[in-house]
Amino acid sequence: MSESVVPSDLSDPSKRTWLIASGCAGAAGGLAAVVPFVSSFQPSEKAKAAGAAVEADISALKPGEKMTVEWRGKPVWIVRRTPEMLAALPKLNSQLVDPDSTRKPNDQAPAYARNATRSIKPEIAVLVGICTHLGCSPSEKFKTGAQPSLPDDWQGGFFCPCHGSTFDLAGRVYKNKPAPDNLEVPPHMYLSDTKLLIGDDKKA
Amino acid sequence: MATFHEVSPNAPIGEKALNWVDNRFPLSKLFKEHMSEYYAPKNFNFWYIFGSLSLLVLVIQIVTGIFLVMHYKPDAALAFGSVEYIMRDVPWGWLIRYMHSTGASAFFVVVYLHMFRGLMYGSYRKPRELIWLFGCGIFLALMAEAFMGYLLPWGQMSYWGAQVIVNLFSAIPFVGPDLALLIRGDFVVGDATLNRFFSFHVIAVPLVLLGLVVAHIIALHEVGSNNPDGVEIKASKDANGIPLDGIPFHPYYSVHDVFGVSVFLFVFSAIVFFAPEMGGYFLEYNNFIPADPFQTPLHIAPVWYFTPFYTLLRAVTAEMMYVLMACVLAGAVLAVVKIKMPALFKGLIVGGAVVIIAMMLTIDAKFWGVVAMGGGVVILFFLPWLDNSQVKSIRYRPTWHKYLYAAFVINFFVIGYLGTQPVSVIAGRIAQLGTLFYFGFFLLMPWWSRLGTFKEVPSRVNFTAH
Repeated sequence: MSESVVPSDLSDPSKRTWLIASGCAGAAGGLAAVVPFVSSFQPSEKAKAAGAAVEADISALKPGEKMTVEWRGKPVWIVRRTPEMLAALPKLNSQLVDPDSTRKPNDQAPAYARNATRSIKPEIAVLVGICTHLGCSPSEKFKTGAQPSLPDDWQGGFFCPCHGSTFDLAGRVYKNKPAPDNLEVPPHMYLSDTKLLIGDDKKA
Repeated sequence: MATFHEVSPNAPIGEKALNWVDNRFPLSKLFKEHMSEYYAPKNFNFWYIFGSLSLLVLVIQIVTGIFLVMHYKPDAALAFGSVEYIMRDVPWGWLIRYMHSTGASAFFVVVYLHMFRGLMYGSYRKPRELIWLFGCGIFLALMAEAFMGYLLPWGQMSYWGAQVIVNLFSAIPFVGPDLALLIRGDFVVGDATLNRFFSFHVIAVPLVLLGLVVAHIIALHEVGSNNPDGVEIKASKDANGIPLDGIPFHPYYSVHDVFGVSVFLFVFSAIVFFAPEMGGYFLEYNNFIPADPFQTPLHIAPVWYFTPFYTLLRAVTAEMMYVLMACVLAGAVLAVVKIKMPALFKGLIVGGAVVIIAMMLTIDAKFWGVVAMGGGVVILFFLPWLDNSQVKSIRYRPTWHKYLYAAFVINFFVIGYLGTQPVSVIAGRIAQLGTLFYFGFFLLMPWWSRLGTFKEVPSRVNFTAH
């Protein structure tokens, strides 16, 4: 701006002021126009409304079995653990990243599921079936012992096919795996002995 | 503006028409500048065909893409079915779709070879840095294009591949989860994601890609092509100012390229007709199963052209972080001890290293895996400034540089192969070594590229008429 090629007697300072002012106003308007476009990337009202709680009937779930329900488009697993499965949990603590659910406690489990079995009732585990690494859905590996991709002393749990993270039957992640955190326990409550409500724990 | 040019009233109609246009649009001028009077080195070898071929593949992708959009439905409930509809019910739809899917892989084949040519002959060195930067931009846009296009068939690999890659962004501290939400437009990959990826794939990224291709070619034609000897042909010109070692692009290289295109099309057609799935490498078998948000396939892997970078992602585990911290520490110590610079810079390097190590200790390995994957691509942009060798071309570098380049290529294939395989302990260790080699090759280049005995570079290119 300092070196003007226009002779001073030919330049019109007031015109320049208005050129600069209108240029700035135009730029501000242009920048403001970014807001609606970027905002349109956010989840729509319809997508947000789809987050309602869902009910699950667990009366037919046998010990050692898993069922899956959909909540917010994500798979939620309900596993009825056998006494042997539960007995194995405390033995694994030394191999786990966070056996006591202390890392990011509010994100990974509600207060009532931050115990040794990460559940309200010891035998029933409720977990969001999405790996905390990059969002794949781990597969169930309930059979114990040596098998491909798993350690020889495998005690049963979940194995993520994408990057090899392993979780025990309480959804706790093993050490030296890509996933940093335990599987999430969604907010949930028992409506009766055989009916679970997933996604809400404040009703009643 | 040029003065108005008149031709004889008796001139042939073609000449009159051309003159009419030339007085209004620089048609002849553009043709001369970019074709008949664009002088390219006469010693090009077959490595110089891949630029034209990538342009050809770009055209194939755009044309087949236009026709696919006429039948495809970007809707989570209809997408998978509409692709099968194209394959079974649309007349010749299977051919158009296979040309598009094979074209995607062919694009990466020719672009990887084109980039390797640049690496061998130092084509990114001064004054061609911008050509290289535009080219890296094209590579990045191409990766975005391929990734978003892969979601569209809405098969299992489409779905879970997108889920994993979008979740990569959520590993970024503080803003990550919101950013991933913004990209998906929903809490998981869904209809909203499919629609926006469709929009990006068919219009946004192709526009960027075309702009970058034009910039790439304008920059190339401004400075002129490099050649296998790395000799600047503009340094020796004849009385008319034409490079002694240059030949007009048209007809010499236009004919050469037509021949190359023909040979390429033999191979391309053979794949389209006889092996469009390429044993699961071009079209993965799991992608013939409709997307199921509750069931991740037992083994998921990206398409082959992403696998080397996918291995970089997987290689960074909590254990690997300690190795990387040691590398940062060693790098800082070496810089302070070996390089002469003011104390202030040394302090900054030490401070920077401490900050990085502190971040490495506090932020999850997951984030650093993402950094490694992104860094594996971004580091290519810096190549012009990492290479300090006295000569451009591999021909005049110390012989052991050739072995190092060979090791780099082998390593690239190894990490590419590992990216297609399920995780195992041994494969994980090899992947980690491969990752260290990949980054070591580039990050130590300022140092190793100066070492050794370089050969004499001739003043004119090597060329024997045939």
